[in-house]
Amino acid sequence: MSYISVGTEIPALELPPITRTTLALYAGASGDHNPVHIDSDVARQAGMPDVFAQGMLSMAYLGRVLTNWQPQAKLRKFSSRFAALTQLQDVITCSGTVVELVGKSDELLARCEVRAVKANGELTLIGEALVAI
Amino acid sequence: MLDKAKIGHEFPSFVVDIEKGRLRFFAKSIGETNPIYTDESAAQAAGYRTIPAPPTFMFSVDLEGPELLPILKLFDLDMGRILHGSQEFEYLGQIYAGDRITQQSRIVDIFDKKGGALEFIVQESRYTNQNNELVGTAQQTLVYRN
Repeated sequence: MSYISVGTEIPALELPPITRTTLALYAGASGDHNPVHIDSDVARQAGMPDVFAQGMLSMAYLGRVLTNWQPQAKLRKFSSRFAALTQLQDVITCSGTVVELVGKSDELLARCEVRAVKANGELTLIGEALVAI
Repeated sequence: MLDKAKIGHEFPSFVVDIEKGRLRFFAKSIGETNPIYTDESAAQAAGYRTIPAPPTFMFSVDLEGPELLPILKLFDLDMGRILHGSQEFEYLGQIYAGDRITQQSRIVDIFDKKGGALEFIVQESRYTNQNNELVGTAQQTLVYRN
C-alpha cells in the first residue's frame, strides 16, 4: 500500500451520464420512492424542469470512491452537504484529498475532503470522511 | 414556522431485515463492482462476516420505516418543498446481510435562515443490530422552503 499523507489524492471516479434508468433503479434499490426523482409529471408540478437525481445517489458514488481506496471496515465517519442538484445527462466525477492526519482513540485517521463535480465544474456535493490508516 | 417544541421528539422505532438480494440490488444500482458487495465468499475472503451494506445504506434503513418521511406528518409539510441539506454517518460497526437492524430516530434541532424563508430540521438516527450492538449513527438535515 502506498504511503498516505496530507495531500494524497484519492483516485477519482467518473460516472456514466445520469439517465432516467439510473434514477429509477436507485429509487427502487434505495427505497427512496420520492416521485420527484422518477416521475416527470410530479417534478414539473413541483416547479422543476424534469426529474433530477437523488442527492444520496451521488453520496453513494462518493462512498464507492472511499471503499475503492480503503476497505470499508476502516471508514469511521462520512458526511456530505448537498450543494447543487444533479440533472439528467450530467456527468459526475467523484474524488477526494487527504487534508489532515489526526490521532484519535489509539488509531491514526486520515481526514479527507470528498467532492462530486459536474463536467462544467459545478460542485454538487462536498463532504468529509475519516478513514483509519 | 416549525414548532421548536418538537425538538427532542422521538419517532417510533422499527426493525428492518437486511436482505442479501436487496444489498445486491443496491450495489448494482450505484454501479458498485467490488465483489464483496455481491458475493459472500469474496466478502469473507476480505475479512467480512458476509456481504456488508455499503456506507450510505443506513439511509435506506430509514426509508423502510412505516412512513417514507415521518417529519411530513409531524409538521404537516409539503413533500415537494423539502430538500436534503446534508447527511452524516458514523460507523461504529458494520451492517451485514441477514442482520435485523433496529432504527431509532429523534429530532435534535430546528432552526431557520433568511428570516424564516428556509427552515432546517436536524434528525439523528441510531442503528442497533440483533446482538444489541450499536453499529452506526446518522444525522440528516432537511431544508424546508417556505
